[in-house]
Amino acid sequence: MKIHEYQAKEILKKYNVPVPEGKMARTVAQASKAAEKLGGKIWVVKAQIHAGGRGKGGGVKLAKSAEDVNSLAKEILGMQLITHQTGPEGRKVKRLLIEEGVNIDRELYVGITLDRAQSKNVVMASTEGGVEIEKVAAETPEKILKVAIDPAVGMQAYQARQIAFGLGLEGTQFKNAVKFLLALYQAFDATDASIAEINPLVVTKEGSVIALDAKMNFDDNALYRHPEIVKYRDLDEEEPLEIEASKFNLNYIKLDGNVGCMVNGAGLAMATMDIIKLAGGEPANFLDVGGGANKETVANGFKIILSDPNVKAILINIFGGIVRCDRVAQGVIDAVNEIGVEIPIVVRLEGTNAKEAGVLLEKSGLNFEVAVGLQQAAEKVTAVLK
Amino acid sequence: MSILLEKNTKVIVQGITGSEGSFHTSQMVEYGTKVVGGVTPGKGGTELNGIPVFDTVIDAIKKTKATASAIFVPPPFAADAILEAANAGIKLIVCITEGIPAADMVKVFNTIKNMDVRLVGPNCPGVISPGKAKIGIMPGFIHKKGNVGVVSRSGTLTYEAVKQLSDLKIGQSTCVGIGGDPVIGSQFLDIIKLFNDDPKTDGIVMIGEIGGTAEEEAADFIKKNVKKPVVGFIAGRTAPPGRRMGHAGAIISGGKGTAAEKMNAMKKAGIHVVESPAEIGITMKNALDSLKGKDSKKKKSKSKKEKSSKKKTSKKK
Repeated sequence: MKIHEYQAKEILKKYNVPVPEGKMARTVAQASKAAEKLGGKIWVVKAQIHAGGRGKGGGVKLAKSAEDVNSLAKEILGMQLITHQTGPEGRKVKRLLIEEGVNIDRELYVGITLDRAQSKNVVMASTEGGVEIEKVAAETPEKILKVAIDPAVGMQAYQARQIAFGLGLEGTQFKNAVKFLLALYQAFDATDASIAEINPLVVTKEGSVIALDAKMNFDDNALYRHPEIVKYRDLDEEEPLEIEASKFNLNYIKLDGNVGCMVNGAGLAMATMDIIKLAGGEPANFLDVGGGANKETVANGFKIILSDPNVKAILINIFGGIVRCDRVAQGVIDAVNEIGVEIPIVVRLEGTNAKEAGVLLEKSGLNFEVAVGLQQAAEKVTAVLK
Repeated sequence: MSILLEKNTKVIVQGITGSEGSFHTSQMVEYGTKVVGGVTPGKGGTELNGIPVFDTVIDAIKKTKATASAIFVPPPFAADAILEAANAGIKLIVCITEGIPAADMVKVFNTIKNMDVRLVGPNCPGVISPGKAKIGIMPGFIHKKGNVGVVSRSGTLTYEAVKQLSDLKIGQSTCVGIGGDPVIGSQFLDIIKLFNDDPKTDGIVMIGEIGGTAEEEAADFIKKNVKKPVVGFIAGRTAPPGRRMGHAGAIISGGKGTAAEKMNAMKKAGIHVVESPAEIGITMKNALDSLKGKDSKKKKSKSKKEKSSKKKTSKKK
């Protein structure tokens, strides 16, 4: 699960990770009020969307007066912010973060994530703050410091010192960096985060170490034990169809093509998308209906797929293992009868009782194209589009 | 021969009294698996279809001498169940549970990695040695006894590949679903090593997907050590970056873990990488056929007398 920068900073603050003073604003009036309350002479007006690259896209600006805050808030609120992570249509800005200005000495990078190859969390740091870490990793990998954390004991002070020395910090900056790193790991660990990225991490001329930006993602599998984080979910930032699908426990991801897919199992669903593409079509979605594909799940699946106006044909690919194919076929027939699907449907059912399922589909009098094998399924569904 | 699981392997089921656990226990028994007991804390002393239920894994091992465990425990309690099994002395743990927090698995993985135990999963269909036994939820009837090892991160896509093999009369020595999570007990590498060492496994099918670098690591090992033909497929070429494709571990992040990268690494290692998931079976058939061709040619030139026993020797190989 993703959250906004201002929310991540609220969490970090709870764990004693220093962040700039700031307030969230949904309107221009709230933005002006926030700046007034924060005081000072310089403010930063930051667009809050679930995507990186906001600064480059024009979503982060410096305000040198109360009038500046007002006009910048007007400019950024409601804009379609386009970054390398939003796609060409961009994302509408509905929330702002108004923050106090910080007296920056150096910009650094620190991030924590799970290293799958080691099955351990790693803390990464670099002197190249403000730059995308992927870029640093590709061009100058030697500039990235890494320490792996033993899950039994958590991050140790010597590991924090190793990073702080590696970043070339001294004196008060060094001491504060060690404190910062240990607190950040604490926040990551205690909230079941999957990513905690501070880019840039700034050290000020006064010696403070502050998270100027903050990105936190969380492990969906662990949300059941973090109701305080679930509260941060912002449905405005999610695809409406995906929200709808999640209500039915369907795993749906919208894509840009015109062939809707309904599959059981994530791997087979990906493979089905791949083979549609190979056959010359474009998949419109990823949809895993899970193990128990029955009338309800199939009907809900149809509703979600058909809500996407780009979909011109549907491919149903179910490998019945424990699930019986004849039951799935009956579910498909009932669902089609109930909601009246107008576009062509290619059905490929394989596994337990596949033959009986084929007979049911033939007898239904509905306009199904029955396919045998993955290859034929993909060919048939792309052929009906031509 | 098979890897991990033999006909006489004694298996217990943790979470045997739950709906998933009890259903799949009966399916496993039907397939021929020696399920000798179950564990549900607080239900010790009872029975489920004649199978004794114990309070703890230690009790179960004492009474049944079980060496393997299937875990069907709900996600919040699954990590605990794995650690209980490992510390009680179980040698093969197959965890079917989907949805275990990654942090729990990081702790489990690092705790058991130096113990004498193999964990398969979590979030996997399990392990089957066709014609002998199965620990997991895969449909037994699509499998066929034979000499190809299958290892995969997926469930139904594995069934797809197995069906293609069986339809071509290519049987399987063992099929291992290693699971779709970012932290899993056994990686491709671990299972491929076992297949490589198994004299009755002639070829290996590996089915990967986007996310992580486990396929690349396996490819590196295969390049250096594996002479048996390996057929590979990577699911998710059309998956958009930054999105989790159903499996918790199936995500392209920071430009890493793409299907293209993995397929390249695998091709470079000499793996027969198929573009289409419909070609897994036929590609393995061709690879095995050409191997047989080579073998018989070799033997022909060696000695004409061996000709009559050609079939036998090539099978052994």
